[in-house]
Amino acid sequence: MLDVKNLKVRVEDKEILRGITLSVKAGEVHAIMGPNGSGKSTFARALAGHPGYEVTEGSVTYKGQDLLEMDPDERAREGVFMAFQYPVEIPGVNNAYFLKAALNAKRKHQGLEELDAMDFMALVKEKAKILDIDEKMLLRSVNEGFSGGEKKRNEIFHMAVLEPALAVLDETDSGLDIDALRIVSQGVNAMRSPDRAFIVVTHYQRLLNYIVPDYVHVLSDGCLVRSGGRELALELEEKGYGWLEAAPRLGSGQAVVGARK
Amino acid sequence: MTTTTSTPAWVEERRAKAKARFAQTGFPTTRQEEWRFTNVAPIADSNFPLAHGAPQHAASLVNSVAVPGSVRLAIINGQFAAGLSDLSALPKGIRIASLRDGARDATDGIEQHLGRVFSIDTHPFAALNTSFLDDGVAIMVTRGAVVETPIHIVVVTSGDGKGVVAHPRTLVIAGANSQVRIAQTFIGAPGDVYFNNAVAEVVVEEGAIVDFSTDQRESDKAFHVFNLQVHVEAKGVFASHAFSTGSRIMRHDIGIGLKGEGADCTINGVYLADGDRLMDTHTSLDHATAHCTSHEIYKGILAGKAKAVFNGRIIVRIDAQKTDAKQTNRALLLSDDCTINSNPQLEIFADDVKCTHGAAVGQLDEEAMFYLQARGLNRTEARDLLLHAFAGEVLDGLKIPELREQISATLFSALERDVRASTALSPGGL
Repeated sequence: MLDVKNLKVRVEDKEILRGITLSVKAGEVHAIMGPNGSGKSTFARALAGHPGYEVTEGSVTYKGQDLLEMDPDERAREGVFMAFQYPVEIPGVNNAYFLKAALNAKRKHQGLEELDAMDFMALVKEKAKILDIDEKMLLRSVNEGFSGGEKKRNEIFHMAVLEPALAVLDETDSGLDIDALRIVSQGVNAMRSPDRAFIVVTHYQRLLNYIVPDYVHVLSDGCLVRSGGRELALELEEKGYGWLEAAPRLGSGQAVVGARK
Repeated sequence: MTTTTSTPAWVEERRAKAKARFAQTGFPTTRQEEWRFTNVAPIADSNFPLAHGAPQHAASLVNSVAVPGSVRLAIINGQFAAGLSDLSALPKGIRIASLRDGARDATDGIEQHLGRVFSIDTHPFAALNTSFLDDGVAIMVTRGAVVETPIHIVVVTSGDGKGVVAHPRTLVIAGANSQVRIAQTFIGAPGDVYFNNAVAEVVVEEGAIVDFSTDQRESDKAFHVFNLQVHVEAKGVFASHAFSTGSRIMRHDIGIGLKGEGADCTINGVYLADGDRLMDTHTSLDHATAHCTSHEIYKGILAGKAKAVFNGRIIVRIDAQKTDAKQTNRALLLSDDCTINSNPQLEIFADDVKCTHGAAVGQLDEEAMFYLQARGLNRTEARDLLLHAFAGEVLDGLKIPELREQISATLFSALERDVRASTALSPGGL
């Protein structure tokens, strides 16, 4: 589904990602872990196409297409979704109205009929129930005045409605209490399917108790330094990130362990 | 038409005084502080003759903005037009007269208030209007009457392709504890060149609640000057919502005097300027007594080579303790070539008051744009959504739902026009 090769990304003249290679197949859940400042969020944002993140080298192929050639909205309509680490508050834009516009933009792109208000509300109510979303949240402005937990839940709610093929969760666990974490994880797990892939970016292994990954990759200083199975996350939990500093790096272009071809 | 013999002496007197005043001051120039950024020379040089009679398309223009279920008052080229008005829904508790007839009656406080709500000395265009004082509408709401039916004044100006000037005039007197919603739409035939110099005076007596909306959708080539001057007595509530999408040069002067304790007022507006339009809004809030509150939000969307001026003056007089005044002025600049001069002007003489003001001028929030795009909206859709939200805050305050829908549709079709124009002007911009 996704092939990232030697991806280098610069933000304001500073090289943040220094050659990432990663392959994700449909049905897989990949966790990207790493200390603060290692480039985890940069990776997520670059995949979503944030204009402030300049790709200087490498390639990203998504479903056989050059992802880097697409505008952020094209990526979204093609099925790439990023749950924001810091969801943006948009006063005056009704949450449900926006979501309907987003869903219909995608449906139109796929050659499907646009949903009318009634069908949309029926769909939304069903999804809201799974994520324990108060219907009042649908009528409020997008993220405005939402608590940290509400914002993250709203992101997963958007994901549930938009049903992406590739979902990138950027530190969705940060700022969540244990109950919210459980609800959000349930929402994600309910969406796991053989034709959908997840990239879960997180600092803590805690989230991975709930969303059990197939692969864990460790990012440090803009490079992937370790890849492995779920046990790698537990190892990190135990030892912290410190021990990685001394470890040799996986060079750019090198095949990553565990990401089966 | 006018027969000078029947004009009451007091009208003659006020007219003559205004005429003398305007002869003295003439049109304002950019050397005057209040007119620094607004050059009205094109208006002064136009020398349009006074409009007479009804233009060809008056009826269709009036119908194009009709608000169902309302009492409709048509002012065509400055004259009250009974034939195009619809008073069938006129409820009890309200009296409507053409100013000409009302002035002759000398009842209902017209003589007391007409031309007296503000001083023509500081408003040259209002002096000019008053010097032609002849007709218009007077709306008198009886003490304690709660008028549910909206009153819609449609002001049409057109010289059928020839340049004309009109001086429409409105007077509203809301008796103590009465309630009324009034809307005024300014419209002209598209492409027509004319100068509409309107004045409205509103008296909100003790405990009365008056909602006054303005929809300025004049011809793109018109000059539009509008003075809205209001007195609010104790515990009175007044709200003005002004939406402007038309005219080539616009100047709004909205002056509100909070004259009695516990009075409250709202002055909100949205203006949309593209092309080489100039839109100038001057608001002046006079907190003359204690315990009054005021809320003001003005929002501008500028594109092309448009210019806008916002001057928000708030005076808190020495006796106006416990004043609570809030002013916000925001503008979105959608091109590199548009400009805004935004000037909050607070003059506070009392010591126990709460006054806040904020002005923000900027572009669309790029993080919000990215967020919307990352969910699948293209750039144009994302931008439209943000612009609608920007204007929506003020639009939502409109108290007449039918009018809200009408203005919303116009505003947003104008928005598309503006955005298209600005995108064309600044390739790759936004």
